[in-house]
Amino acid sequence: MSATATASELDLLLGRKWKKPPFIKRPWLRWGLIVGAGIYLALAISSVPVNWARVYEGLERGAAFIAAFTSPDFVSRWNDIYHGMMESLIMTVAASVVGILISIPIGLGAARNIAPLPVYMICRGIVAVSRALQEIIVAILLVAIFGFGPLAGFLTLSFASIGFMSKLLAEDIESMDRVQAEAIKATGASWLQWINYGVQPQVMPRLVGLSMYRLDINFRESAILGLVGAGGIGATLNTAFDRYEFDTAAAILILIIGTVMALEYLSGIIRAKVQ
Amino acid sequence: MLRLEKLTKTYPTGDQALKAVDLEVPAGQVLALIGPSGAGKSTLIRCINRLVEPTSGKVWLGDQEITRLGSGALRRARRRMGMIFQEYALVERLTVMENVLSGRLGYVGFWRSFLRKYPQADIDEAFRLLDRVGLLEMADKRADELSGGQRQRVGICRALIQDPALLLVDEPTASLDPKTSRQIMRLICELCAERGLAAIINIHDVALAKLFVQRVVGLRFGAIEFDGPPEALTPDVLTQIYGEEDWEQTIEDVPDEEDEEEEAEAEEAAR
Repeated sequence: MSATATASELDLLLGRKWKKPPFIKRPWLRWGLIVGAGIYLALAISSVPVNWARVYEGLERGAAFIAAFTSPDFVSRWNDIYHGMMESLIMTVAASVVGILISIPIGLGAARNIAPLPVYMICRGIVAVSRALQEIIVAILLVAIFGFGPLAGFLTLSFASIGFMSKLLAEDIESMDRVQAEAIKATGASWLQWINYGVQPQVMPRLVGLSMYRLDINFRESAILGLVGAGGIGATLNTAFDRYEFDTAAAILILIIGTVMALEYLSGIIRAKVQ
Repeated sequence: MLRLEKLTKTYPTGDQALKAVDLEVPAGQVLALIGPSGAGKSTLIRCINRLVEPTSGKVWLGDQEITRLGSGALRRARRRMGMIFQEYALVERLTVMENVLSGRLGYVGFWRSFLRKYPQADIDEAFRLLDRVGLLEMADKRADELSGGQRQRVGICRALIQDPALLLVDEPTASLDPKTSRQIMRLICELCAERGLAAIINIHDVALAKLFVQRVVGLRFGAIEFDGPPEALTPDVLTQIYGEEDWEQTIEDVPDEEDEEEEAEAEEAAR
């Protein structure tokens, strides 16, 4: 009975073209969304004011800025640059180490598959607060509390690292292989032993990779934080701009780019080693 | 030695995986647990060492009621139940030796295990076990460098170094080729005999189970449908457990056991 039904169903389909079913099934909704998105895009672009005369004038200034890169001046402000650079590096490394150390327990707590619900809620709360507050806002607040200087920058970067690292670490723990961890539990291991043998080996490469990435981010952030008075190379850069010393600013930017590239290269090597 | 009384597990989804299972396993008996997928075999094994928390019922190991233990006592009780897993469940980024020694975690303190400073007796025993399963030279390899059969041997060492009274074995051969499957089953059963261990072995392959065990328990929809010696597995019984199918092949599938044995031994000698 069903055989004949299938046969006639099959006959209907033979010789017909086949197309992948559309993601949005209702045609009016599908076309409505496409047309709506097009109109929105056109309106949005046309609503951005562009003062072409101003752009023309600005091109000259831009050219002067770029021209300065051809003759970066490392020498005349070298003392300032050197101190700013050291301050940034110290701030970056210290904030990364502190941030990572604090983010490990919070990351464990924020992983639903290993933490009980109350701990999970608290840790997720900490992560949410840390991620919701933008670095610049935190830095302004901390500069107001601790005054100008690298201490405020260090604390800001530590705080921001916690949210970033904890969240990504927790997500890696949540996607780990459950059975490997289960096998360790079955041996009668204590909780700490379970984390050390069943969980840590699985997430270690990711943790190392993320730590290197965060170090990189922290260094770049430290250049921005100087603009709001939180010390580091950013403060030197800001001063250079204020004095219209574009050649010194260019030297600083080249140093920042060089450092970031060196960190990137280093993290590539380290990540390949820990796989 | 092991006794289950009205062991029941209902998952939060409402699925009743085990329906008041009663089972008694005497010391030193190797038992195969067969049944279709979803019959509750894995759940049953995991309820015994409480990796899955049973909903009701009791588990007795010797004179200890496992289902009443607090977390500390449960950890100590788990040391007496070695577990072997379907996908080996080795910690892949640890070395073979670390994987074997992790069987001693229940016996050593955190710092000793963290620093990998195990007592000499444990290290000696780990080497002895690795030698027994023919993997001595692999001790410092990482677990993910090993083949399936080798990994399962490491899994066996990890379970045995716990010095257990009972082995819980969950589909030990499901991801292995037929020959390796036989070798692994033979190894498990030999080791159980050597050490007088009881074992519950979940297994899909009925023919393979019949070759090696003294007792077969058939589970269907979370209830025991059959309990008896392997010879008593008739087509009727298999139909009762698994449903309608032509079972003659499965039952007669004990053909060239002799050859198989010789071949395995020849290979063993060659290594």
